[in-house]
Amino acid sequence: MYVAVKGGERAIENAHALLADVRRGDRSVPELTLDQIDQQLALGVDRVMSEGSLYDRELAALAIKQARGDLIEAVFLLRAYRTTLPRFGVSEPMDTGAMTIRRRISAAFKDLPGGQVLGPTFDYTHRLLDHDLAECDDVATAPAAPAQTQPFRSVAELLARGGLIEEEKVSDGEVGDLTREPLSFPANRDLRLQNLARGDEGFLLALAYSTQRGYGRNHPFAGEIRYGEVAVEFFAEEIGFAVPLGSVALTECQSINQFTGSATQAPRFTRGYGLVFGQSERKAMSMALVDRALRARELGEEAGAPAQDEEFVLSHSDNVQATGFVEHLKLPHYVDFQSELGLLRKLRAEFFAREKSVEDDAAMQDAAE
Amino acid sequence: MTAPVYNFAYLDEQTKRMIRRAILKAIAIPGYQVPFASREMPMPYGWGTGGVQVTASILGPEDVLKVIDQGSDDTTNAASIRKFFSRTAGVRTTTSTQEATVIQTRHRIPEKPLTEGQVLVYQVPIPEPLRFLEPRETETRRMHALSEYGLMHVKLYEDIARHGHIATTYAYPVKVAERYVMDPSPIPKFDNPKLSNCPALQLFGAGREKRIYAIPPYTQVASLDFEDHPFEPYRHDAQCELCGATDSYLDEVITDDNGSRMFVCSDTDYCEARRAMGDGARPSAATAEHGS
Repeated sequence: MYVAVKGGERAIENAHALLADVRRGDRSVPELTLDQIDQQLALGVDRVMSEGSLYDRELAALAIKQARGDLIEAVFLLRAYRTTLPRFGVSEPMDTGAMTIRRRISAAFKDLPGGQVLGPTFDYTHRLLDHDLAECDDVATAPAAPAQTQPFRSVAELLARGGLIEEEKVSDGEVGDLTREPLSFPANRDLRLQNLARGDEGFLLALAYSTQRGYGRNHPFAGEIRYGEVAVEFFAEEIGFAVPLGSVALTECQSINQFTGSATQAPRFTRGYGLVFGQSERKAMSMALVDRALRARELGEEAGAPAQDEEFVLSHSDNVQATGFVEHLKLPHYVDFQSELGLLRKLRAEFFAREKSVEDDAAMQDAAE
Repeated sequence: MTAPVYNFAYLDEQTKRMIRRAILKAIAIPGYQVPFASREMPMPYGWGTGGVQVTASILGPEDVLKVIDQGSDDTTNAASIRKFFSRTAGVRTTTSTQEATVIQTRHRIPEKPLTEGQVLVYQVPIPEPLRFLEPRETETRRMHALSEYGLMHVKLYEDIARHGHIATTYAYPVKVAERYVMDPSPIPKFDNPKLSNCPALQLFGAGREKRIYAIPPYTQVASLDFEDHPFEPYRHDAQCELCGATDSYLDEVITDDNGSRMFVCSDTDYCEARRAMGDGARPSAATAEHGS
C-alpha cells in the first residue's frame, strides 16, 4: 500500500549513500583526481569558476567531481562556498591591455601588431572523432615561439583614438555588487555586466544568437577577442599603494557594433563588452552581444526584442536561481494540489448538475408537447 | 588512424542527391530560397557548413577547387576547408582563380572575372534579406510570395533620410531577374556589380538556416536603389601597397600601436598575379591615423 508518511529521514540518508556510491561508480576504475579535472577538463573548470564567481581552480575541480560533471550543480556548490567568504574590498581596475597574451584575434582587421595569435583553439579543427584519443595518447609538446614584445593595447582603443568608436564612460563611483545588494531596475552597466558575467552560458548564447537572427539586431564585429593572464592589484589602505595579489586568466571580447549618429553627434561605432574567467570565447562573445543589445534604449534604438529587455534578461540569466525554481517543482506540493483537486471536483460536479438539469428541462418540454 | 572511412567529399550519395535536387530547383527559380535538409558537418555552423555541403554535392574527381575567405586563400578558415576537401575528396586544389572549376568563398567575389563553366559557391550566414526587418520566417516567406518588398525600400529610404546615404555597406540587397529580392551574403557592396550577367554559375548555401539559392549564368542582378539615389559602388581612396592596384578591394592593416596602417589587396591571388607580372608596389611608408 502506498502511504509514504513516515521514514523520510532514513530515505534521504539512503538516497545520499546511493548518490555517493554512483558518483564513485565502478571501484575498479581509478578515481578522478582534482589535478586531472583541472588539467584535462580545464574548460569545464573555467566555466564553473566564471558562473560561480570564484576564481579557484582547485575548488572548481572539486565541485565538478562532487557534482558528477553536472556543471550547473558545480556552479551551485562553488557559489554556496563563496557566499561564506568575507569580502575585503574591490581590486584596482584590471588592465587587460597589458594581458600576457595566449590568444588574441581580431575579425575586424586582417593584421595588427603582434599578428593574429590563434593559441589553443577548436576553431579550425575538423570535428571528426579521434579514436586514437580513446586509448592513452602520447601528445608531443607543441612548438613554441618567443613571446610577442610588440605592445598593442586594443583594437577598440585604437579606433577610439581616431574617434571612430564611442569612448567608454569611466565611472568613478563605487562598483556595485549584486551578491551583496539586491538588483533593482534600471540597473547600471556595472551591475548589468556582473549579472551577465555570472549568467548562464547557454542562456546568454541563445539571447546573443537571437539578436543575430533579427530579434534586436545590432550588426556586431568581433573587434577583438583575447585570452591570457592579467595581474590583479589591490589598494591597501594601510600602506597607501596598490599591491599585487596574483594573476587571473581571462577572456575578453570587445565587439564593434552598428554606428549611430544624430544631428549633433558624428556617426561612430558602438561597443559591447564581455569578460569571463578562464578561456570561454562562447560566453565572452555572447556577453558582449547581449551587453550591446541591452544598451538599445540608451542609444535611442527601437527596443522590443527579448535580448533588449533588461528586466527579462537580468532576471533570468542566473542558472542557480533558474534551476532551483524549475526543479523545486519536484518538492511536495500535496497541500496545494489537494485544495486544487477539491475545487476541481466541485466545479465538475456543478457542471454536470447544470447539464443534467438542462436535459431534464428539455425532456419535460418534449413530454408537454 | 582507426577513423571510419568517409564517402567521396564526406557526404553520402543520398544526401548529395537531395542537395543537388535543391540546387536544381534554385537554378530554376533564380533568387528563390529553397529549403533543404542541411546536415551536421564536422565544422561549426557559421564556418561555412552550407557552402561546404553545396561544394561537396557538386564536386567531381576532375574538379579543381579554390577556397577563399575575405578574398584570401591563406586565411585560417579557407585553409581549413581546402584541407577538408583535399583530405575527403582528394581533389586538386589551387589558389588561382582562373584555374579553379569550383570556388568556395566567404565574403568576396574574386577580382578576376569568372568564366563559363566555373561555379562560385558562397557561404551564407542569413539567407533572408528581409530578416532584419521582419524576424519571423512565416511572414518573410509570405512577403516574397507576394513580391511585397516595400519594407526594404522604406529601410533604404530611412537610411538616406538619416545619413544622406544608404548605410548598408555589405550584404547589400539585390533583385534577381526582376523577381526575388536576395541577400548576396556578406560581400562588400563593392562586389555587387560582379553578381550581374556573370558567366559563372553562382550558388549560395546556408547550412544553419537550411536554404540554398542560386544565380544562373548571365542573369540580371540589380542592387536595390532609387532613381534619385542610384546604387554607388564602394571606391577606395587608396591603392594596394604591394601591387599598386587601384581597382581592387583593399584591406586595412594596422602596423603599430600608434594607429599606423597600410592598405593591401583583399584578393591575394589577384595581388600576387599582378606582382608576378611586374606591377609593382610604390615604396611608401605606412600612413598614420592621428586625429583623423
